[in-house]
Amino acid sequence: MTDKNGFFDLSKSTLSRRTALKGLAAGAGLTLAPGFVRYSQAQSSAPIKIGFQSHRTGIGAAYGRWYEKTSAAAVKAINDAGGINGRPVELVIEDDGTDPGRGAEVVGKFATQHKTDIVFGTLFSHVVIGSAPAAGENKIPYFVVSEGHHVASTKLNRYVFQPGITDVKSQIQSMAPWIAANAGKKVTQIFPDFAFGYDHRDYLPPALKAQGAEVIAQIAIPPTESSFTKYFPQIPAETEVIYHVMVGPAVLTFVKELGEFYGSNRPQLFGFIDSLEATDINSPGLEFLDGSHFWEGSPRYAQANDSAAQKAYRAAVGIDDNGAAVGDPKDVSTAAHMFGCWETLYVVKKAMEDAGYKGPEDRAKLVEATEALTEFAEGPEHPQGPKTFNGKIHQCFGIQNISKVEGGRLNVVHKTKIEDGLYEAEGDYTTQAL
Amino acid sequence: MHFGPHLLLAALEGLVTSAVLALTALGLSLVFGVMRVVNVAHGEFFMLGAVLAWAISTAIPGHPTVGFLAALVIAPLIVGAIALVAERLVLRRLNYNPEATIVATIGMLYIIQQLALSFYGPEARPVEPPFSYRILLPWFGYSGYKLSIIAASALLLVLTWLVLTHTKIGLIMRATQYDSETAQAFGIPVDRVYAGVFALGAMLAAIAAVLIVPISQAHYLMGQDPLLLSFIVVIIGGLGSLRGTVVAAVLIGLSDGIISVFFSPTLAKIIATMLVAMVLVFRPQGLFGQASR
Repeated sequence: MTDKNGFFDLSKSTLSRRTALKGLAAGAGLTLAPGFVRYSQAQSSAPIKIGFQSHRTGIGAAYGRWYEKTSAAAVKAINDAGGINGRPVELVIEDDGTDPGRGAEVVGKFATQHKTDIVFGTLFSHVVIGSAPAAGENKIPYFVVSEGHHVASTKLNRYVFQPGITDVKSQIQSMAPWIAANAGKKVTQIFPDFAFGYDHRDYLPPALKAQGAEVIAQIAIPPTESSFTKYFPQIPAETEVIYHVMVGPAVLTFVKELGEFYGSNRPQLFGFIDSLEATDINSPGLEFLDGSHFWEGSPRYAQANDSAAQKAYRAAVGIDDNGAAVGDPKDVSTAAHMFGCWETLYVVKKAMEDAGYKGPEDRAKLVEATEALTEFAEGPEHPQGPKTFNGKIHQCFGIQNISKVEGGRLNVVHKTKIEDGLYEAEGDYTTQAL
Repeated sequence: MHFGPHLLLAALEGLVTSAVLALTALGLSLVFGVMRVVNVAHGEFFMLGAVLAWAISTAIPGHPTVGFLAALVIAPLIVGAIALVAERLVLRRLNYNPEATIVATIGMLYIIQQLALSFYGPEARPVEPPFSYRILLPWFGYSGYKLSIIAASALLLVLTWLVLTHTKIGLIMRATQYDSETAQAFGIPVDRVYAGVFALGAMLAAIAAVLIVPISQAHYLMGQDPLLLSFIVVIIGGLGSLRGTVVAAVLIGLSDGIISVFFSPTLAKIIATMLVAMVLVFRPQGLFGQASR
């Protein structure tokens, strides 16, 4: 395969000394000129346009649909409360086909054709990585809800943010102690053979090692695979925990075949709910999962101690106590991830208000205002829980839920703390020019 | 796991793949053999079969076996009817021109796929297997239903072969395949044969999909892989050759199962693709195909 769109061409985002100096000079100029207003559109009531890069088709379509529902609910709530800086918010939706190439085109289209203020909403990590250079080139802030570590790795560029959902590295690090203490010490990993899976491949072994457990086998499965039994013999017999993070439409098959292979005599299972988002946990063949554990960003099933904010959020998005669409119990949501859209939109609102954002000419100010954020308190705007934000790596940190499948539902058995998921920054976006 | 059981598992997996592949590819091969039409939308008929199987089996209450058996009968019939309409409305109006039909079937592929997305949705939905017996081998457990797929597929292949070689309809089809102009001169209604074959090809794909859907799921993008593999099988086996298609399907299915278990799935795909290239270079008509006259 050739890299025709230049996704991996890091030279695009590296800086020459001259651009860095120019950026510094411009930044200094701005701070030295208080009260300098280039445009007098303060009273403009034209809507703030948010370009929503949606996985409407392709393997991410189930996620895309719920990301749209959640975002629409958040935008409605924001508009009902007066919009952003007194202006209404409008979502402009384009389908990226869950494809990195089209993702980059969509970002370009938002920047040049729709002239949206920002781009928002991408989930799949390969689409984020494919689209990020286009966001950087067009200098348009790009707020993703992707969960991958690529934003926080500081390998993308200064215009890419992930303020609404935690990244895989942090998730793994905060859950590893629980896995080692409660599930088992010898872990076999099964993960999809692309970017999102690699985050798990790379960060789980050190995280477990720190807890006295170890990864004894790593099995990569191509994302297009539709049958899995043939991989199971690679699972060592002494495995105590199978750690699975499959995505895509074939995951049900994966679980069913695992059930046929092991029967009742199985190792412990620990999975990322990504495997079963938008899938009814009571589907035929999934009985095998009973008693196993899952990571959940935000719990799918309503929990006994849900906060008022969580309840209000669920009602606004339109999901019932089982995490399915109100009125259609078969339409199961992607609850563990989609809260990130809601929270990201409120972060955008906060940053735009802090920056006094007026239009695309203020995009650089928006980037700086977002980087200046440090904390998001739990509440109606952040129903999943409190978060901290590291402006240098453009990534938020929050709590994780570990849930157990019992009685046909997922019950949260452990919540991690924010500190559990903190790690050393690998770089600093703020040194890049705008 | 030791080598013996490991190999057994690989072979079983390979045979299940082969069984479904043989049925799907046979449909593609028949359509090409008789009509000389490369049906790029073939995988979408496969997908329709699976999606309809889900719709039918959820609409019929009671034991899953009832729903599944109903799906096994009704889904292929509906898919056949859709194919028939497509043949009447599109292919016939293009006079079965090879280039034009490729473009037209690509269009059909997108239309069917997007209609499925609009009306069925993006989720992967499971269909309950008619029975869920788990065969317990000393080394691992295996789905009894998967073994039944192999048997069902073998039965259907034999049935198709009998129809083609021992019935009048089969004779007419073979005559049309051999020389459609002469067949027409002898009073064979060639256009009706074409319509029938196109529907039959789609139905075979649909049956394969109904068989596979309890161990896989119905999803609107599921037609892409079978299409690609069917093309590989048909090219290796020889377009229009039933025997070649079956042999090539078993070959590709088994090698895919075994190579991906012992080495890597990517290597299995590399080898299959290389095999296609080799066949095209050294035996362009395929292993069992006849050179064009």
